[in-house]
Amino acid sequence: MASPNSGTFVELQKLRLDDARALLRQNATLALPDTFDSATEYLQSVIDGLCELSLKDPLTGLSNRRQFRTVLDRTIDTVARTGDPALLLMLDIDHFKNVNDTYGHQAGDQVLQAIAELLASCLRPMDTVARYGGEEFAVIVPNCHAYFGQAVAERIRKSIQDLSIPIFSGGEIQVTVSIGGAFAPEWVRSTAALWTERADLQLYRAKTEGRNCVSMDQQQEIFVSAEEKNMLFGHLALGDPAWIESVAGDSQSGNANGSSQRVN
Amino acid sequence: MSDVLTPPVSTEDCSSVPLKPVGKVVAVTSGKGGVGKTFVSANMAAALAKRGLRVLVLDADLGLANLDVVLNLYPKITLHDVFTGKAKLEEAIIKAPGGFSVLLAGSGMVEYSRLTPEVRHDFLRIMNGLVPHYDIVILDTGAGISDVVLFAVSLASEVVVVATPEPTSLTDAYATIKVLVGQQKRQTIRMVINQTARLGDGRAITVQLQQVLDRFVTTDPTKPVKLIHMGDIPADPSVRQAVMRRQLLMQSQPGCPAALAVSQIAIKIQDALMPR
Repeated sequence: MASPNSGTFVELQKLRLDDARALLRQNATLALPDTFDSATEYLQSVIDGLCELSLKDPLTGLSNRRQFRTVLDRTIDTVARTGDPALLLMLDIDHFKNVNDTYGHQAGDQVLQAIAELLASCLRPMDTVARYGGEEFAVIVPNCHAYFGQAVAERIRKSIQDLSIPIFSGGEIQVTVSIGGAFAPEWVRSTAALWTERADLQLYRAKTEGRNCVSMDQQQEIFVSAEEKNMLFGHLALGDPAWIESVAGDSQSGNANGSSQRVN
Repeated sequence: MSDVLTPPVSTEDCSSVPLKPVGKVVAVTSGKGGVGKTFVSANMAAALAKRGLRVLVLDADLGLANLDVVLNLYPKITLHDVFTGKAKLEEAIIKAPGGFSVLLAGSGMVEYSRLTPEVRHDFLRIMNGLVPHYDIVILDTGAGISDVVLFAVSLASEVVVVATPEPTSLTDAYATIKVLVGQQKRQTIRMVINQTARLGDGRAITVQLQQVLDRFVTTDPTKPVKLIHMGDIPADPSVRQAVMRRQLLMQSQPGCPAALAVSQIAIKIQDALMPR
């Protein structure tokens, strides 16, 4: 039996690739090469193209929900392993229905595209910007310390507020967003669902607080800095008697009574 | 003193609400899991019971309880049934081998691992029902700093943080203390250092933690945070043996070094809660 990796020959001519080719021609940013050295190479580029398509939102070109979920899970793993804080932002365009109702759905699409472009431009390449749903976007910001979280969200909010979006029928419109943010809990058992929910709750709060504002989950004040950690682990030098003396010298009377008198 | 517990209003922002102290409730927490929180809770309860106190341990690790495993008890009726209204509080309280009472979370509590207003309400209702009947109620909280853990701790007048000398455990214990100081305005936190290698290691660790707190956490020198070293529990093969056999150390090997250490800690807890 041939395993999938054991050089089984595929007859390219017999594969029904028309639909895939058409799909890629229409959508892909990654064009199929005109010439190729081998059938394998060609097939690989078809597969790559399809994978890329399956992870993108067709309208905005941002990550879609599927890709978002994958990155979110991976980020939770990373946070658990490294302790580096990561931020999740949920954004929702304020009164988006009004845009659609007033200017039509095509204008609505243009607004979504403009915001997607702006989001991608004001975040780092390592961040993941996704279209979460209709007019809702999600941003995963790895390696983001607590004190930057608010600033990042605020910068996005402000940039969108200042953005004039030209629409097809002429003229420009402006929209605002409400943003909710939550850090990946470093010390709390968590799941992607819980993390999303916490950010969502903050988004809801931002909406109820009048929109065009940022609301952040406060739990992440728990950050323990490298400096604090260094100081904490002084006891690792416990083998060194001089250290014990320096730290606990006055309380080391050597018997239990001596110690308990001190605490009481 | 009132026996009625008041909720700390909003758990998202406990900071603005001064904690109303409630006597007789001790929370045992840790930050990191697997440092012996449940071991300390159960054996401390046994030691206090031996001293003639009426003690109840409540499995406040609603999502991932394991007090049942430690005590080898699998009652038909648990906290879950009380929460869902299927049973009365009295029916869920059982006697543990060490002469104290337990209220086990039971399986199916995962849905309560998040602090919804309902969970908060049910929890308070149960605590209010329990507190008048015992000298000491010990809350064995879950690992981590989830809102359920913080809520459970907020109901206690005394909080015991269990840590081991490992860096990960210490970091998490420190993070927990930071939150308890920041959100609940706690100024006194009791430390138990488990699995120490040498006499004095635990105290040195507590002193070290205190120094880090003084430097990084205490902002108002008139309101210092004080860690009180309750004791070390030495690394002791008897502990592993008791855990594997699912017996209480205080019962199976009451004379071993770890059990003696737990007894000492229990005396200090009693002195703290009920000054003679």
